[in-house]
Amino acid sequence: MLRFILQRLLTGIPTLLVLIGLAFFMIRAAPGGPFDTERQLPPEIEANLREAYHLDEPLYQQFGRYLANLARGDFGPSFQYRDFTVTELIWAGFPVSFRVGSLAILLAMVVGVGAGSFAALRQNRPADYAVMTAAMTGISIPNFVTAPLLVLVFAVAFQWLPAGGVGTPLHLVLPVVTLALPQIAYIARLTRGSMIEVLRSPYIRTARAQGLPLSTILLRHALKPALLPVMSYLGPATAAVITGSVVIEQIFSLPGIGRFFVTGALNRDYTLVMGVVVFYGTLILVFNLLVDLLYGLLDPRIRHNP
Amino acid sequence: MSVTAGDEGPRSLWTDAWAALRQNRAAMVSFWVLAALALAVVILPGLLTFTYEQTDWDNIAMPPSLAAGHPFGTDSLGRDMLARTLAGGRVSLLVALVATGVSLVIGVGYGAVAGYVGGRVDQLMMRVVDILYALPFMFLVILLMVLFGRNIVLIFVAIGAINWLDMARIVRGQTLSLKNREFVEAARANGVTSARIIRRHIVPNLLGVVAVYVTLTIPHVILVESFLSFLGLGVQEPMTSWGALVNEGSQELETSWWMIVFPSLFLALTLFCFNFLGDGLRDALDPRDRSAS
Repeated sequence: MLRFILQRLLTGIPTLLVLIGLAFFMIRAAPGGPFDTERQLPPEIEANLREAYHLDEPLYQQFGRYLANLARGDFGPSFQYRDFTVTELIWAGFPVSFRVGSLAILLAMVVGVGAGSFAALRQNRPADYAVMTAAMTGISIPNFVTAPLLVLVFAVAFQWLPAGGVGTPLHLVLPVVTLALPQIAYIARLTRGSMIEVLRSPYIRTARAQGLPLSTILLRHALKPALLPVMSYLGPATAAVITGSVVIEQIFSLPGIGRFFVTGALNRDYTLVMGVVVFYGTLILVFNLLVDLLYGLLDPRIRHNP
Repeated sequence: MSVTAGDEGPRSLWTDAWAALRQNRAAMVSFWVLAALALAVVILPGLLTFTYEQTDWDNIAMPPSLAAGHPFGTDSLGRDMLARTLAGGRVSLLVALVATGVSLVIGVGYGAVAGYVGGRVDQLMMRVVDILYALPFMFLVILLMVLFGRNIVLIFVAIGAINWLDMARIVRGQTLSLKNREFVEAARANGVTSARIIRRHIVPNLLGVVAVYVTLTIPHVILVESFLSFLGLGVQEPMTSWGALVNEGSQELETSWWMIVFPSLFLALTLFCFNFLGDGLRDALDPRDRSAS
């Protein structure tokens, strides 16, 4: 087990380095710089600024410096929000992003597994087709289409829910639902497939033959093995929710991290963009590792020790 | 499947698959809807009174009205929404073709080589795929678009370049199992070069899996393009795409509902049909079900 964790961490490090390298050199290769303003700065001041931020050094040296700082947990100062460090900005936005994202995944798990199991129990009957068509619709309609449509219906037409901003729990409903919908659809499809397979297996037939009530069979015997593919989907789901949050935070004007990403890149705020990429990249890698470990715990056939 | 025992002639994978697909009503309907959509997108714009960039000064931000000649209404600049939706469809379908093509070429080439050569090269190539697989590529694509401006060629290449990883993995697995089969051994014994074996014997046998995967890649590619366009990073005005139209529509939500509803419908319908078709194709080509007929 320990060896497996170490091994995974060792493959995680080159991944992270590739990500940091790609993002770093991509941003630097782009035209423009963080000090381009409408008012032309006097050349001496710009030179001083560049020196203060070490932008006058050769690129490879800057990259080395960035990595060294990163290793100490220092994301550097933001170029755009002059009085803040990137770390402060990320920690200010993260609670909002985290709340919306984790609620969305939770909702997706509960509703998706429920709907999938329901469909599996009624395989090839109208209820099954209805759930699966709904799931296909959920997969087919992207976040940025559902979001304005939900706003149109629930905020503009009926005025039941606020259209954006933060404050009350009601403000969270539309963003969370929007982020969760496609994931609900994927999870429902996965659960249905694996549940159908599990329900056909001999030990479930035995349990049925012994006259156990359906709810016991489902919850105690069938659910755990049927959840395995869902568990391994949680990694990609997290990545999708994080990517989706870039759009969702913009539409619902949420003060999370996602919005820093696009505005930061537009303003050539090198450190802020890098900070978001590194932070989310690490988060996704760590989450994938956790999911793999959890997978091993759920499935006794997979043991990570050699 | 209703193939009777007395059927004559050889049964190839493709005739079987076609028969199975014909039985799948959802997939067939999807297929015809997509064909109609493609035709409409190619032909209809030439027949309309208004082009996608033309302003109808008498009818600005007009609700859908057949009498005025704007069945989908007009946007806040007086441009016909039907023409714009169709123009957006051209971009989306073009992206689907080109970007999927890019990912197809890279993925099949990479996977076939890795699987065929095997050994340490294969290990190394797959390790690279593993590393790339864990990258949040969407972030890099957004970054690419923001930094280097909206360039349609760049969009195609970028989207294609992030979608070849799955393809490479699937193709590699298939190649591994194919390369030890008798016909490949026979070719090798006859002195056929590796490159030629890959092209003539391995790749044609991969087509089934690849076909399924392509149908499932297309909606994903369309989705990515519209996502970028929605963020304002896709195609440039006055050209448009479904994602860009949805974005414009979402800003006029409270006054002009038709601006978002029609492009959304077309986008969702297209993705829906491709997903159904891909599912149907997968069921049809699944070798596990072949014996069931």
